[in-house]
Amino acid sequence: MIQILTRYCTLLVLTLLVLAVMSFSLAYLFPGDTLENLTGLVPENEAQREALERQFKLDSSVVLQFFYYLGNLLVGDWGYSFTSGLPLLEEVGIALPATIELATYAMLMALFVGIPLGYYAGIRCYSTTDHILNSASMTTYSFPVFWFALLLILVFSLQLDAAPLSGRISLLYDVPRVTGFILVDVLLSDLDNKSLAFKDALSHIALPTFAIGAITTASLIRITRRSVIDVKHRPYIAAAVSRGLSSWQIFTRHILRNALLPILPLMAIQITTLITNAMIVETLFSWPGIGNWLIQAIYQRDYPALRIGMMAVSTLVITLTILVDLFNRIIDPSREKYEHAAV
Amino acid sequence: MYMGVVKRLTVALCTALLIVSCAKQNKKAFYNTGIIYCSESNPVTFNPQLDTSSTTSDATSHQLYDRLLDFDPDSGRIVPSLASSWLVTNDGLTYAFQLRRDVKFHQTHYFTPTRNFNADDVIFSINRWRLPSHPYHSVSGGRYPYFESLGLAQNIASVERVNGYRVEITLHRRDSSFLANLATDFAVILSQEYATTLFEAGSPSKIDILPVGTGPFKFESYRKDRFIKYLRHEDYWRKSELRGDDNVASSAEDFDNRSNVDANWQDNVQLNGNISNDDVTNVQQLIFDITPRSSLRLAKLMTGECDATAFPAQTELEVIRARNDLTLAEKPGLNIGFWAFNTQRPPFDNPDVRRALAAAIDKNTLLEAVYFDSATRAKTLLPAASWAFQNDADDTAYNPVLARQLLANAGVKEGFSMTIWAMPVERAYNPNATKMAELIQRYLQDVGIEATIVSYDWATFRRHLQDGLHDSVLIGWSADNGDPDNFYRPLLSCGAIPSGTNRAMWCDEDYDRLLNEALKTDDIDERTAIYHQVNRLLYERLPLVPIAHAYRYQAYREELNGVVINPFGGVRFGGVEKTL
Repeated sequence: MIQILTRYCTLLVLTLLVLAVMSFSLAYLFPGDTLENLTGLVPENEAQREALERQFKLDSSVVLQFFYYLGNLLVGDWGYSFTSGLPLLEEVGIALPATIELATYAMLMALFVGIPLGYYAGIRCYSTTDHILNSASMTTYSFPVFWFALLLILVFSLQLDAAPLSGRISLLYDVPRVTGFILVDVLLSDLDNKSLAFKDALSHIALPTFAIGAITTASLIRITRRSVIDVKHRPYIAAAVSRGLSSWQIFTRHILRNALLPILPLMAIQITTLITNAMIVETLFSWPGIGNWLIQAIYQRDYPALRIGMMAVSTLVITLTILVDLFNRIIDPSREKYEHAAV
Repeated sequence: MYMGVVKRLTVALCTALLIVSCAKQNKKAFYNTGIIYCSESNPVTFNPQLDTSSTTSDATSHQLYDRLLDFDPDSGRIVPSLASSWLVTNDGLTYAFQLRRDVKFHQTHYFTPTRNFNADDVIFSINRWRLPSHPYHSVSGGRYPYFESLGLAQNIASVERVNGYRVEITLHRRDSSFLANLATDFAVILSQEYATTLFEAGSPSKIDILPVGTGPFKFESYRKDRFIKYLRHEDYWRKSELRGDDNVASSAEDFDNRSNVDANWQDNVQLNGNISNDDVTNVQQLIFDITPRSSLRLAKLMTGECDATAFPAQTELEVIRARNDLTLAEKPGLNIGFWAFNTQRPPFDNPDVRRALAAAIDKNTLLEAVYFDSATRAKTLLPAASWAFQNDADDTAYNPVLARQLLANAGVKEGFSMTIWAMPVERAYNPNATKMAELIQRYLQDVGIEATIVSYDWATFRRHLQDGLHDSVLIGWSADNGDPDNFYRPLLSCGAIPSGTNRAMWCDEDYDRLLNEALKTDDIDERTAIYHQVNRLLYERLPLVPIAHAYRYQAYREELNGVVINPFGGVRFGGVEKTL
């Protein structure tokens, strides 16, 4: 167990180190001044420039510069945004939780809707219900997410006037930021109109969650269904049937858990898609998350923000993927003990 | 037993309905307390003295601040604001302002005022842009573009405190547009006490970032690209006005006594009977939701996420008109789009050639194709919103036969080629200069002139224009106040050639003489008569062809009551009420 943990930790640290090298090299690769790209600070005169260069070790060798940069990354000194002039740690600290919140709800929706439907379709495979579910999930899965989100906006926001189309909560509410998750923050706040605010936040979150969640749900239905069908054809199911177990008993004792095992690693792959989709949908719903923030940074050529944004998003994706994989390894005893860790 | 179930169900249903309706009531009550305005961009600063862009003045001028004087949005006349009345000496050089008492500055989380508004605040606010030696002059860059472009600082000899509530301003030269300049969005009154506090704390530049004023709203927070939050200013002075006019009456008396004593003072006391801004609304918050995309602003307006939006695009106007829950307010704006000829280049130095070109184009078609009927045809430089507007002014007419004849007489041969410069940016006064240039190109072809269209990026374009490299140019002008001098002087006077606003490079002694004459009198009828002569002169010499005065649009939801389009500057939310 400890060995596995060590392996995964090494993998995580090494990958992050590679990422740090890449983000550091971006400061040199982006057009413009290296010092400015690296720090987000624009020196007003030569003396100031020299002082800054000395401070960031830009006058010494590249290796030394990198280690200084790494140290700064670790202590949270990430530089400043060109456009807002605010510390990037603060900006990412606001934007990233918003994206995670959206992705989490979408994932929860996928888990609680996709897996049961997938089981149902798998058990009843090749029935009419299965065909309907299967083709519906196929269709949803093939939607480009931005098109789907636009369609939702058009129908539910503009035609039916059922949900708002931008932001996390009406700007009239002043919700103090504690966790960065708006629904949680509203519950923790001491607003006079807490229930109103909560409803408002829910109505804001519904459409984007649905847009991202629907596509992940569709793929989960398909994965679960396939896995259930596979399990159903295993010899131990035939043995159970011949032992005279009822179909409910077969389902709860043999199919339910065995079908889950292959789903988990596939879910790890879904995380990347999920976060990417979340970032696209954010820009459509003006959701103040990391995707929207990065797009703004691209428009405004905010290189320090791009450098850190890339770092933050990849770190998030890699950490989540490795965690899911690790979790999978722990609960699945059937996998080889000495298999090497891999992403 | 069966009946019992029904009874219980009914009770439950009624309770549920009651709760729902209560919640609805609550919801309405809460949403009524805040106005959300979707604005198009970030303000550059929170002090409109420092920037002339309309984004900045929309966000700050009428929300956070007051001026000594205001324009009445309907008549365009100057009305009292922080100055409750004023007097001008007979020579027109000294202005005395009686200031309003009991005007409170904002109390915010960063500043608590200890005194009310008085003469020191006026002197501080004016001296900040007027005197380069003022400690605050160079704070935040030291550029005051509006005042610089008018050379106002050079014309003010002194700003003196007579007593706590009276200020005298002396000019070097007579300037009958002076009061109008004090009523523009840029001439706001800052707090001298706040400035001193900041100066002592060593952070003077905060005055333009964390603003303090006397306006109907006070600053709460700002996040770039996201929002600006303002809260209601509980002690806003216009509210107390509704209860009684005591202080105003007494200040008027002050002046009555004085004007009896000193015969040099013109009897020009204005009483503030016509201040319409009754700020007794339920609005607690004003929020600027910064939304650069025009289509998204419209979408937010439709879903009710915004109560009002800035600058709806011309193509969206129909959508707004078609919806019952939205109101599109329009008013002729204070602007002019025109086609100017470079009168220093032959053959455009010949008025006949200019008249020929003017007769070659059909202005009505241009109006329909480029403005989609969101503009009125311009006869002179002045739009109808100005008090000196001349309804019966002469106008050029579409007449290609006359055009050919005039051109032939002037010796311009068939196949003569010229350039039309089309500005590369969208402006209300010309939403699509390239399209207009293409239309004009076709009209000119009909009279035997080959026109080529020229465009550069905006900065280069303006630089080359200033150097006079163009034959003719499609451009325009938005004025900052309703005074006619704000149109005639910058656009065509000799002095405006070096400062780069006279696109026709036209210098005419008669014209300049008439303009100066008009400034020497305060009598509005007399001035109007002079401007009519100016119009006549322009029609005869035609250095430019006036094309259109574009409307100013503002779209808002039905729930908002009391929205007034202010043709003389930024939007204003004081006195606006919301009822869902």
